[in-house]
Amino acid sequence: MFVSYKWLQDYVDLSGINATELADKITKSGIEVEGVEKKSEGLKGVVIGHVIEREQHPNADKLNRCQVDIGAENPVQIICGAPNVDKGQKVAVATVGAVLPGNFKIKKAKLRGEESHGMICSLQELGFESKLVSKDYATGIFVFPNDVEVGKDALEELGLSDEVLELGLTPNRSDALSMLGVAYEVGAILGREVKWPVIEKEEATEKATDYISVKVEAKEDNPLYIAKFIKDVKIGPSPLWMQTRLMSAGIRPHNNVVDITNYILLEYGQPLHAFDYDRFGSKEIVIRRAKDAEKIVTLDEAERTLSPEHLVITNGTEPVAIAGVMGGADSEVKNDTTNIIIESAYFAGTVVRKASKDHGLRSEASARFEKGVDPARVREAGERAAQLIAQYAGGTVLQGAAEVDELIMEPAVISITLEKINTLLGTSMTVAEVESIFKRLQFGVELDNETFTITVPTRRGDITIEADLVEEAARLYGYDNIPATLPIGSATPGQLTDYQVKRRKARRTLEGAGLYQAVTYSLTSEEKASQFALETRESIRLAMPMSEERSQLRLSIVPQLLEVVKYNNARQLDSLALYEIGSVFFKQDGQELPDEKEHIAGAITGLWEAHLWQGEKKPVDFFVAKGVIEALFDTLGLADQISYRQAEINDMHPGRTAEVLLNGDVIGFIGQVHPTVQKDLDIKETYIFELSLKALSEAEVAPIAYETIPRYPSTTRDIALVVDQATKAGDIQDIIEEAGGKLLKEVSIFDLYEGERMEEGKKSIAYSLKYFDPARTLTDEDITKAHEKVLEAVKEKAGAELRG
Amino acid sequence: MMQERLLELQEEALQKVAAASELKELNEVRVAYLGKKGPITEVLRGMGKLSAEERPKIGALANDVREAIATKIEEKQKALETAAVNAKLATETIDVTLPGRPVNKGNLHPLTRVVEEVEDLFIGMGYTVAEGPEVESDYYNFEALNLPKSHPARDMQDSFYITDEILMRTHTSPVQARTMEKHKGQGPVKIICPGKVYRRDNDDATHSHQFQQIEGLVIDENISMSDLKGTLDVFAKKVFGQDREIRLRPSFFPFTEPSVEVDISCKICGGKGCSVCKQTGWIEVLGGGIVHPNVLEMAGFDSKKYSGFAFGIGVERIAMLKYGVDDIRHFYTNDVRFLKQFNHHEA
Repeated sequence: MFVSYKWLQDYVDLSGINATELADKITKSGIEVEGVEKKSEGLKGVVIGHVIEREQHPNADKLNRCQVDIGAENPVQIICGAPNVDKGQKVAVATVGAVLPGNFKIKKAKLRGEESHGMICSLQELGFESKLVSKDYATGIFVFPNDVEVGKDALEELGLSDEVLELGLTPNRSDALSMLGVAYEVGAILGREVKWPVIEKEEATEKATDYISVKVEAKEDNPLYIAKFIKDVKIGPSPLWMQTRLMSAGIRPHNNVVDITNYILLEYGQPLHAFDYDRFGSKEIVIRRAKDAEKIVTLDEAERTLSPEHLVITNGTEPVAIAGVMGGADSEVKNDTTNIIIESAYFAGTVVRKASKDHGLRSEASARFEKGVDPARVREAGERAAQLIAQYAGGTVLQGAAEVDELIMEPAVISITLEKINTLLGTSMTVAEVESIFKRLQFGVELDNETFTITVPTRRGDITIEADLVEEAARLYGYDNIPATLPIGSATPGQLTDYQVKRRKARRTLEGAGLYQAVTYSLTSEEKASQFALETRESIRLAMPMSEERSQLRLSIVPQLLEVVKYNNARQLDSLALYEIGSVFFKQDGQELPDEKEHIAGAITGLWEAHLWQGEKKPVDFFVAKGVIEALFDTLGLADQISYRQAEINDMHPGRTAEVLLNGDVIGFIGQVHPTVQKDLDIKETYIFELSLKALSEAEVAPIAYETIPRYPSTTRDIALVVDQATKAGDIQDIIEEAGGKLLKEVSIFDLYEGERMEEGKKSIAYSLKYFDPARTLTDEDITKAHEKVLEAVKEKAGAELRG
Repeated sequence: MMQERLLELQEEALQKVAAASELKELNEVRVAYLGKKGPITEVLRGMGKLSAEERPKIGALANDVREAIATKIEEKQKALETAAVNAKLATETIDVTLPGRPVNKGNLHPLTRVVEEVEDLFIGMGYTVAEGPEVESDYYNFEALNLPKSHPARDMQDSFYITDEILMRTHTSPVQARTMEKHKGQGPVKIICPGKVYRRDNDDATHSHQFQQIEGLVIDENISMSDLKGTLDVFAKKVFGQDREIRLRPSFFPFTEPSVEVDISCKICGGKGCSVCKQTGWIEVLGGGIVHPNVLEMAGFDSKKYSGFAFGIGVERIAMLKYGVDDIRHFYTNDVRFLKQFNHHEA
């Protein structure tokens, strides 16, 4: 809502408070003023001129040579290219030395050999937005009404030196979508009176009902409909002051009748509609729900198909307007219109909202109906419009109105105690302070001891309960005056849940391992949504995505991380180590909400270690990535419960991928991205993993129990085993551990050889076995006995030969 | 005679010790003077010719001489050894200004950094961290928060619907509704709810279709607006610095009444007015208010007995202000040159 500072003074005395101060006070009491604009700021030297002579430029077809009286001693010559400039017009002249928007300075100039001492301006050149300029002057200069005084400041006459406050209204404050509504707000803030416009009724003896009748078939949608009738109007421009006020509020002037309906919309917050009676098509206004597939051509010349969810104004047979949204083209007020019906009605917000949404028509009118207009102003707004039309369009207002009025208006009555207000705000206001606030708001106040009974005017439909009154008290008392305290109450333990602690541990571990946390989007393309998904399940699509790229909920984080790798690789950032913890979403049959789980994913590529001046480089490989997740499992106390299984997964390197199992269940995977996928994405060799954090967090973890520090030495025996290429080191390790019995404490691999000195199809793996007994020093015999068992087992179960 | 010879030998030996510049040379001196075939031993062999009186004297002298030589040799040996070690170490000198071996080290995303900081602050004040699903039912996202289907304020949150009843949550408030429901009308409730939220916005420098929020909720007897003000003052000072002030301005949210917008004093200009705060001296950082009685009642709390406050913080907004980030898209592009900047502890 744009509020003209000058216009506002029609309704409330603003003496002693300039626009900026007013803006600050309004903001502090609840309606945010987003800006105060003075369009004439920085402009100067534009005066009203009178074109006393106009002739064709001797050397240019499209230019005019004008002699313009600008109130100076002598007229000045101005060359003007506007097609509509003519002798006798009053126009805006930017004189030599003038400054126009964009710091455009006017200088004396010569145009095709003729001197020009200034410029005759269009409204756009003076800073008006094109969409606000009346169609009459859209492509030429602006012509003032004849009664303006030559030599006067044209910026002032056009309302540009006014200051306009832009109010950012929250949905509850639709009461301030009108000048009168703002006046009530400002009146309450300043403690000043609100002055209403005076309506002088001058009505003919002929009655409106002699010409027109009203029938409402949908009374819930439209409990109040008033049709005023004005005869013999003459369509023409509205007065300049009205045009400038409309433009200051962001509405384009059209003609006197339309401008007046818009003016009332701004003044009262009540949208009106003017019909051309002679084009209306009947003498009866019927308001009803539209029929299925009924059609109407609206003012914007679009044909629209209606449904029974829309409310329409009809002439008994055909729709002539979509109620509260837009009128029809057939009954539009045109230059030759003489008889007018003015509609002032109360339409229910829901039905207007539906039509406005379905037809994509958001107008000043629909916005106000949707939020609820003040039922108490409907009648008066119609009267005021009729009076202004008589005044500025020369018509005769017929007596009374054709109307249906079944509106029940019950102002809200709410009781509240002083204590309630003070308790909820933490304040210690007095009865007098609170009473004064409600009175300034012009609410009805009855006071019984310390209980207020408040009658809320219908214009404030947002106030229905105690809490609403508390807010009114708070905002006018001033939030700056509310003290700052901390809640006093029973103590509560502040802590993270077990899951949250584990998630933080996971973050710390991955960061400690050198990974940076990324955060990516949950919405992705259909193709990427299920790529690398840990579980083969259906994905979820948005009903109305903004783009295909963000249309689907992800089943896996990896594709998003690979996008991050791609982004960075494209910027010569080759060594990357990233992780993300975030939700993935699986469709669940029979359940409303998806199965939403947090996963941990990582992507590592480039060099893992680089100590360049010492000539050391270690590129990332499978085992680097595996080491990272091993550290994670170790931190979570799950190392013993995890195993790995060679696996083939779509889009992963077939030989370098493993499933990660937790107590036998697959909870993730790790491996290299398939080289073809890498190539398609244009990324370097990249290793990824994705694990279910949910599964990891739910596994049981053994408590920490101290083990005695060994007092006896341990003994180590090394063995090198020759096995088939396909034999897994992990399997051999399992065999060793099982066969080694109680004395075998630790098995580790210290060498792997697959070179040419080996027999074809064979490899050698060297293990180091540590034997130990906490109760004694082991003898050579003890160890040999245990070790023999190990050797036997690996030979038998893995076909392993001792390497000589 | 013998006495003189011994002293002569001592003098001679000590000179050679002093002159020795290598361990080998020193060892030769040792062998030459103190060895079994050395001159002192020879002198002693001639002692038989001496009188019984003289014998012990010469014997004692000979021992003194040996001792003196041996001591000097020892001293010299240590000195030579030290010199040898020093000489060797001198060749081992390195350039200590060369960089150390890099230790791989990652860090939190700046948004998580803010979230953890805020979580820890509120945990310290007795709050727990509550979380909920990112895909929500219309009921928890809107209706339970006093936003029935026809409510005009739904205009403010254009949403990503999946079906008519399911959508990407537009705020973390549904977690509040779910938590309140779990409490079955029993206070106190003290929670903080961080999480991702989604709105139908085109991504640009200041808008993101996905962003993060942290909401707080306290329900107890006699919770007031002043408690909200005090709590947010603690928050602002912790996150933005001890010299920051807060200001409440009336506003509107369907789930709180009264509702407030909260501004903090501008760090850049100290409240005088600059381009960052649009000349106002204040920057809007969050919204909140007193929990709407309808919201309390819908979740099973007696609004006559209990009252509460709630507030919501935009994590990106906080991070942008705190670290001076000028484009919200940086948080989701994950350029490592951006991510690596959030790597150290700040006081």
